[in-house]
Amino acid sequence: MTGLTGTGSLVRLALRRDRVMLSVWILIFVVMAAGSASATVGLYDTAESRAQAAASINNTPSLVALYGLIYDESSAGALSMIKLGAFGGALVAVLAILLVIRHTRAEEEAGRLELVGSAVVGRHAPLAAALVVTVAANVLLGLLTALGLIGSGLSASGSFAFGLAWASIGVAFAAVAAVAAQITSGARAAIGMAMAFLGAVYVLRAIGDTAGDRGAGWLRWLSPIGWGQQVRPYQGNRWWVLLLPATFFVVLGATAHVLLARRDHGAGLLPDRPGPATAGRSLGGALGLAWRLQRGLLVGWLVAFVLLGLVFGNIATNVGSFMESPGARELIQKLGGVQGLTDAFMSTELGMMGVILSVYGIQVVLRLRSEESELRAEPVLATGVGRTSWAWSHTVIALLGTTAIIVAAGLAAGLSYAAQTGHSNDFGRVFVAAAVRLPAVWVLTGIAVAAFGFAPRAAAAGWVALVAFLLLGEFGPLFELPQSVMNVSPYAHVPRLPGAAFTATPLLWLAALAAALTAAGLVGFRRRDVAIT
Amino acid sequence: MSSQPMTAIAVSGLVKSFGRTRALDGLDLAVNTGEVHGFLGPNGSGKTTTIRILLGLLRADAGEARLLGGDPWREPTELHKRLAYVPGDVTLWPNLTGGEVIDMLGRMRGGLNRPRRNELLERFDLDPRKKGRAYSKGNKQKVGLVAALASDVELLILDEPTSGLDPLMEEVFQQCIQEERRRGRTVLLSSHILAEVEALCDRVTIIRLGRAVETGTLTQMRHLTRTSIAADLAGEPNGLSTLSGVHDLHVEGTRVRFEVDTDRLDAVLRQLTSVGVRSLVSQPPTLEELFLRHYQDDLGPSQAQAAVSS
Repeated sequence: MTGLTGTGSLVRLALRRDRVMLSVWILIFVVMAAGSASATVGLYDTAESRAQAAASINNTPSLVALYGLIYDESSAGALSMIKLGAFGGALVAVLAILLVIRHTRAEEEAGRLELVGSAVVGRHAPLAAALVVTVAANVLLGLLTALGLIGSGLSASGSFAFGLAWASIGVAFAAVAAVAAQITSGARAAIGMAMAFLGAVYVLRAIGDTAGDRGAGWLRWLSPIGWGQQVRPYQGNRWWVLLLPATFFVVLGATAHVLLARRDHGAGLLPDRPGPATAGRSLGGALGLAWRLQRGLLVGWLVAFVLLGLVFGNIATNVGSFMESPGARELIQKLGGVQGLTDAFMSTELGMMGVILSVYGIQVVLRLRSEESELRAEPVLATGVGRTSWAWSHTVIALLGTTAIIVAAGLAAGLSYAAQTGHSNDFGRVFVAAAVRLPAVWVLTGIAVAAFGFAPRAAAAGWVALVAFLLLGEFGPLFELPQSVMNVSPYAHVPRLPGAAFTATPLLWLAALAAALTAAGLVGFRRRDVAIT
Repeated sequence: MSSQPMTAIAVSGLVKSFGRTRALDGLDLAVNTGEVHGFLGPNGSGKTTTIRILLGLLRADAGEARLLGGDPWREPTELHKRLAYVPGDVTLWPNLTGGEVIDMLGRMRGGLNRPRRNELLERFDLDPRKKGRAYSKGNKQKVGLVAALASDVELLILDEPTSGLDPLMEEVFQQCIQEERRRGRTVLLSSHILAEVEALCDRVTIIRLGRAVETGTLTQMRHLTRTSIAADLAGEPNGLSTLSGVHDLHVEGTRVRFEVDTDRLDAVLRQLTSVGVRSLVSQPPTLEELFLRHYQDDLGPSQAQAAVSS
């Protein structure tokens, strides 16, 4: 097929562009899986303790909805990987979606594919190359994850089953993204469409798992996430299930190529609906523009965090039943009874939400850099809009957006938790525990603003800082790093509410640091050249 | 319009380096208030860098840039309200419509002439309801042009604004600029299209390697170039080769072909008529020749200077 001419060179181009990003992503997944495995294997060292933990998960519908079922309650691997099987699989799917869109629709929208397409490159080559790269990346991710899990002390066959189950989810969503890229003409819309599909099949799997065998259980078989779980790593390793995502990939991949042949370059199958001929009243200044560009992202994050808050608030009271062995009871007493255990769980989950929320803050600020490098900032900065107010417009959305999201999540978690316990004062405790995460999130936002202001070519420093602080928090205790090193991370200074004593001092310091970083970034941007490269 | 200085743009000795590349190397540029000034030069000669400095987007390493009497780096926002800018490559937000972008940029500049906006949309045949990603290159360019032309500003800075426009739209663009001139606006027009420059510009500045190599009206510049002459004379052409300003002389009996520096034309014609002329064809220098002389790499800036002063 001449339509595929040049696929090889496009594959090399994609690997050249993404070599760093892909390596870091894959590494994060491998470390996450191996870290989770070694932590769990160490915590539950007897078959009895594992069985109890597994049973309590299986008996908690909200946990089953979030993570899935454990089919072999004695299996160490199944218990270790229960959180990462579906949830981690969804993250693998996100990576696959972003990767495929990045090399297909996003390139087409930017007009770069036109340049490539006019060279000796077949019509189907860019899509084929994107799929080749994504499938290869996922298989590599799966194999390395398997090796990491074996290294953590889990069985080899189960580890390979788990790695390949992850890879199969990525491969399936690569095909979903390939189809989405043909339907819409905008990269963001294509990502949104593929993500919506991911959300829908995650819910299908959740309904199927909670329904068990009472009727709707078959729904999990309609979901690529469900297929990944039904491979049942460490619980019999049903390899044949992998044929489902493989078939799904072939069918959807072929569909994408058929659709590609039927549409014009640059166009989608869905026609672009005409929009307003004149601008609304709000679209008249830097802030109006920034809001218009950022509001969709904010709504998505709000919805996701409200749901997370509801789930965490709801399951927190069940945590006490996870551990019923004498050893675990002793641990519970040390933590201050069942209440202490519930608090520790809430505190951990809210802390995790704080770290994840930093992703949003950094993402919003980095829009400044992409607006600048994609030449959209220039016409705006050539009007009466000043540099500082332009940079501030996105920064303030990052600061207030993170506030709105954590407030909404805190409300949701507090309400659902208080509804479980029946104590109205529990609402306030959980809400405050969520709100104290905010200053540390702002510090990460501030780091991103400062990097943008002073070193635009290194604007990704926000991501680097986030990953570094995350690793420090996760693995610092494991490697017994001194507290002074751990204290580099802003997250280390957040009071561990609910449960611990509330102290305002570290929060004020974090807020002051965030303000200083943000102000420095704004001043830095005022003084530097507007840079395209 | 408040008190206007006589020069809308005054640039002297401007220097800007990017790493080891010296993009501007002592550039001088003067644009008088109310004129359409052509800004020409080969790709990479520093036109866009100059414009970015004039817009306060880049900071000059040395030299001075004054715009509408102000300093574009120190007081950009006040100056920007009095000018409109069209980049050579208009990039739009994928999910904003053309009409939204036009209105938004107009408001950011401090106001938009709505009847003029609608008139321009009609003349440029632009659908304002399409999303940014759906416009072709030419239509994106039109969005930028309408946004700039619909604002009541003193100065238009246009960086190759017509790239991607079809000939019909090029014509509309030229009419619009003529109207702007009649309204008394100043235009800095960077362009590669010589017909456009010839039709619109009162004066031009040619830059090469970050320096202005020539500045003046097109008529003045023509005088600095050579006219080709082919003539059939009544007798032997004697003394022609000794005249200064005559180049590439070919003699075949009574027929002569040569080129002559345009400011020496008078003396050379006297010499010809003294012999007697049977027929004569004279070709004025074309703009292409003028520009090619400055664009070609083998002609260094010093030689170009010599060409100006000779």
